Amino acid sequence: MAIGVTNAPERSKSSGSIINDPQARGIFYQAVTVILLAVLIYWIADNTIENLKRANIASGYGFLNSRAGFDVGQSLISFTSDSTYGRALVVGFVNTLLVAVTGIITATVIGFIVGIGRLSHNWIIAKLSLAYVEVFRNIPPLLVIFFWYSGVLAILPQAREALALPFNMYVSNRGLAFPRPIPGEGSLYTLLALLIAVAATFFVARYARQKQMATGQRFPVLWTALGLIIGLPLLTFLATGAPLTFDVPVAGKFNLTGGSVVGPEFMSLFLALSFYTAAFIAEIVRAGIRGVSKGQSEAAHALGIRPRLTTRLVIVPQAMRIIIPPLTSQYLNLTKNSSLAVAVGYADLVAVGGTILNQTGQSIEVVSIWIIVYLSLSLATSLFMNWYNARMALVER
Amino acid sequence: MAKRILTALVGAAVMGIGAHAASAATLDDVKAKGFVQCGVNTGLAGFAAPDASGNWSGFDVDYCKAIAAAIFGDATKVKYTPTSAKERFPALQSGEVDVLARNTTWTINRDTALGFNFRTVNYYDGQGFMVRKGLNVKSALELSGAAVCVQTGTTTELNLADYFKTNNLQYNPVVFEKLEEVNAAYDAGRCDVYTTDQSGLYSLRLTLSKPDEHMILPEIISKEPLGPAVRQGDDQWFDIVSWVHYALINAEDFGITQANVEEMKKSPNPDIQRFLGVEADTKIGTDLGLTNEWAVNVIKAVGNYGEIFDRNIGAGSPLKIERGLNALWSKGGIQYAPPVR
Ligand SMILES: N[C@@H](CCC(=O)N[C@@H](CS)C(=O)NCC(=O)O)C(=O)O
Repeated sequence: MAIGVTNAPERSKSSGSIINDPQARGIFYQAVTVILLAVLIYWIADNTIENLKRANIASGYGFLNSRAGFDVGQSLISFTSDSTYGRALVVGFVNTLLVAVTGIITATVIGFIVGIGRLSHNWIIAKLSLAYVEVFRNIPPLLVIFFWYSGVLAILPQAREALALPFNMYVSNRGLAFPRPIPGEGSLYTLLALLIAVAATFFVARYARQKQMATGQRFPVLWTALGLIIGLPLLTFLATGAPLTFDVPVAGKFNLTGGSVVGPEFMSLFLALSFYTAAFIAEIVRAGIRGVSKGQSEAAHALGIRPRLTTRLVIVPQAMRIIIPPLTSQYLNLTKNSSLAVAVGYADLVAVGGTILNQTGQSIEVVSIWIIVYLSLSLATSLFMNWYNARMALVER
Repeated sequence: MAKRILTALVGAAVMGIGAHAASAATLDDVKAKGFVQCGVNTGLAGFAAPDASGNWSGFDVDYCKAIAAAIFGDATKVKYTPTSAKERFPALQSGEVDVLARNTTWTINRDTALGFNFRTVNYYDGQGFMVRKGLNVKSALELSGAAVCVQTGTTTELNLADYFKTNNLQYNPVVFEKLEEVNAAYDAGRCDVYTTDQSGLYSLRLTLSKPDEHMILPEIISKEPLGPAVRQGDDQWFDIVSWVHYALINAEDFGITQANVEEMKKSPNPDIQRFLGVEADTKIGTDLGLTNEWAVNVIKAVGNYGEIFDRNIGAGSPLKIERGLNALWSKGGIQYAPPVR
């Protein structure tokens, strides 16, 4: 046998000394690192407490129960200046979630369209998609946000000359105002019907899959689902006497009053994050589709599967396995980039937290809350995507 | 944002790492490094604004210069740190600046929980509202339903909430972190109303694209005593900053100006002699930790309080703000300084 191979372990043993034992050395270095880290953390914590005391700065999380004293422009939950700092943070958190979730959905849709567009045989579509990717990928997200914000403010009409749209909607540089539905008595049944429809759809889908496995026959799941999810609540709604009224926006002295408003701050942030992130997602999608070997679609062809079904049943499932991991990090990026909200005055967690930090002076507490919330959001997204990835992974039979 | 989070993080981190950073003896630190690090605002014409070549001037800037003159006999020994409303407090807490001379309202919260010390008020102000003339609004009480632009991290946003709540008015706050963002949004018509300290409104109106189309409403909804702030725990430094202001007021009281200060040294009035450090064996300057020439140096550098006011924000400036409450106590105002004795 090869002499070199047997030689190596012998040599390390022969020198004998523990200093040269790679395993002992490894343990030693790790122990040193842990000890240094612990000392550093202790030193920082100790100094922090000491310095805070010396500077007479208030500390602790008790401030969360104090009256906030300021108002927040955009809020999905009720909030007044009499609410607590804690509630203000919840308002900011909900606003962050709102822009992150809507942004992720839109970015995914645009990203898939553009990504597939880049592979199109149509020259114009392919080039347009390429231009989209290159433009948005190469501009810092903050500029994209400013672009939308100043664009929205500059192009849309002033509040008192709001543009009337169908269905009592109005658009101006104060945002998009639309009628706010006010559910009346008995609307609970409609909600219930919707839940039942969703559950039923779930079972239908399962039944359809089993049937296809067993008999090879396909069942029109999509149409059944649509019928269930739209039809059932609609019927219930009508049967209970359509218990719904609308609060319609009307022109007031300064603004439109009444109705609901999507402000330009949310709009510009949402558009900017969606368009920016979509450029990256498009590239991921393109790479994913390219990554599926050509033999796969040729084989499907040879089996006589129609092109549309080939894409849906052969290409996409395999491409997804390549797409999902990098897609996850784009989702995380979008969520973190949503903290650029302060630049346009959108009341996200960072903006509201910043105000609180300033009013109370409790920077350490507020920063710790920021860190914990963003960390949890990121971990939750990762966990969900990992679970989804595991589901999409090749199941070997 | 990243920068803002960073500022906050750094603020938090400095608390942890800067072992004895914010400790006492600011005067020794200042003397050792050779300049005063002064926190000012990011650009509010008349109060603190840099010109094209980066030279700062303004009412608050003159206070920085006066402090430098008191310590070094040289008003140029200042470095300026522009701070937004939100950045100013971490900057002072962490020791990044030695003093905050930045239209900052003295409140009990800032005097206690935030760890600062205030004693002098260099500008008695109050919060006001600016609107477009075209809206035909004559009083703040007619503002129900309006969108109001406001800068975050200020007493302004708190007073605003209180005022509208007390008067049962609805409003929609549009909150920004940077002054130029508030200005741009108001100018673009995102809000009907701009609210901040009245002094600020006078200054900001001049930066709008059409200043003449805007007016300031008569109501003043709060007390905004603006003055320099320092960190707690350094009485000597606190005294110096306070007495620089008192020196400026006393100088106006005595009729001592930038032009006649050398002349006044020869005055037979013992009060003036003591103040200007010419009294035999005086220890007033050295007791402060400065030289006995300190008051002379301050006045030579920036003039008396009245001169600072006129030059930057009063009759001699584009802002043309009346002295009002800021006139001397002897002339119908409330600016008053304890005696130098
Ligand atoms: N006096 C108030 C408000 C002071 C304040 O920051 N005002 C704004 C608007 S006039 C300002 O000066 N901003 C300048 C900046 O952010 O650079 C306070 O102390 O909270």
